[in-house]
Amino acid sequence: MKLIIAIIQPFKLEEVKEELYKEEVNLITVSEVLGHGRQKGVTEVYRGAKETGNLLRKVRLEIAVNENFVEPTIRAITKGAKTGETGDGKIFVLDLKECIRIRTEERGSLAIG
Amino acid sequence: MVNSGDTAFVLISAALVMLMTQALAFFYGGMVRKKNMLSVLMQCFIVLCVLSIHWVLIGYSLSFAPSKGFWGGFGWFGLNNVGLESYADYAATIPHQAFMIFQAMFAIITPALIIGAFAERMKFSSFLVCTLLWATFVYDPLCHWVWGLGGWLRNLGALDFAGGTVVHINAGIAALVTALIIGRRKNLGHNVPTPHNMPFVVLGAGLLWFGWFGFNAGSALAANGLAVNAFVVTNTAAASAGLSWVLIEWLCNGKPTIFGVASGAVAGLVAITPAAGYVGVIPAIIIGLLVSVFCFIAVSIIKPKLGYDDSLDAFGVHCVGGIWGALATGLFASKAVNPLGADGLFFGNPRQFIIQLATVVVTIVYAFIMTFIIYKLVNMVMGVRVDEKEELMGLDLTQHHERAYTLLE
Repeated sequence: MKLIIAIIQPFKLEEVKEELYKEEVNLITVSEVLGHGRQKGVTEVYRGAKETGNLLRKVRLEIAVNENFVEPTIRAITKGAKTGETGDGKIFVLDLKECIRIRTEERGSLAIG
Repeated sequence: MVNSGDTAFVLISAALVMLMTQALAFFYGGMVRKKNMLSVLMQCFIVLCVLSIHWVLIGYSLSFAPSKGFWGGFGWFGLNNVGLESYADYAATIPHQAFMIFQAMFAIITPALIIGAFAERMKFSSFLVCTLLWATFVYDPLCHWVWGLGGWLRNLGALDFAGGTVVHINAGIAALVTALIIGRRKNLGHNVPTPHNMPFVVLGAGLLWFGWFGFNAGSALAANGLAVNAFVVTNTAAASAGLSWVLIEWLCNGKPTIFGVASGAVAGLVAITPAAGYVGVIPAIIIGLLVSVFCFIAVSIIKPKLGYDDSLDAFGVHCVGGIWGALATGLFASKAVNPLGADGLFFGNPRQFIIQLATVVVTIVYAFIMTFIIYKLVNMVMGVRVDEKEELMGLDLTQHHERAYTLLE
């Protein structure tokens, strides 16, 4: 079992979701986050004063999958989120020790699906 | 003869109508996604700036200077000859400039109403150009025909107390046309955006109701019985329409919603606008009860069927409600309420209904064709729509380099 965490551009969320559905990955958690990458950031102007290098708004996805879904998930996220420009984000793949479905108390790969 | 009571009342009413444009900004702003909140506030605010100047320089003259032509005369450009004495043909007891500034607020809110149709995808620069052209070639001529001295619809005997045709049908049709030209928003198929801030929608609707007292009662142009009548029927129609919308929704969708009651109240205010100075309180209740039926059908049945993306239902509420209001005036108008008006169909004068119908048709045809030409032209020259990435990122960041809300702090 793996936990896949992806940080993507907020405006790419819809496309990523669509690609994930195509790969039949339906269980995801989405949150809005702020972060700093290599990218300089969008310039915002407040009453004429320019502000750059702010923390940037990103979307964070968390997806727990069984081994056979790891590559399809990575493929879907990359396909949906890629623009080729700096700031497209990153995907982290972590080993997942255990997973418990609270309702049934099932464990392991049964609980993930 | 300038009367101080009347002047005070009309100035306060003008200020109330000014507030409506800002109320509209929050009413609409609450409905869009949060990435587009500022773009809506900005569009409403800039209309206030741009058209205030446009009005005193040329708009007022094109609308109200006496003439039998397409526009009013050119003699009042820059408020030339528009002084602080009264101008009896429009309002005998207030300074001419008080009438002018009251009308200015109408000319400002009308183009702002259209924003609801193309919200979340229009390019700001094109928005400015379209707004200026629309004010000059659609609002000003129509305003002249219905209200200006020598206007041909005015001479025909059309009744439009506070702007059902000039403001609401006109803006509503323009909304439909612009929604058709600019096209649907991206990712709508499986994801109809929910309003990002419902409390703002309710705040906006409440302040619109408040401001509408200036819009309708102020249109009496004097602090008199007619103003009181307009005030009372305005409140009554808004109340009955809010109630009626929520009941329909309760029956059809299972739950009464605050969005429904707010939408209904606004629809009721739209519908009573042309009738406010000509009908009594029982017709006001009927007008309010029925407008919600028509608007509900328009926004929740017809719109999804036809597939046009009038984002915030500017057409569904303002045009549909406006048409009903204009026709209802032809049904319920009574000389017992306003001796200077006319009797409607139910008071033995079917001719008035025909006149109202003709005015509605003229307004729809004219506003449709002219708005179509203006938006097509601007679209050809500079494009009306932002590109896809800008739309997905939101107009706040891409058009204005600002955002409405922060995540931290």
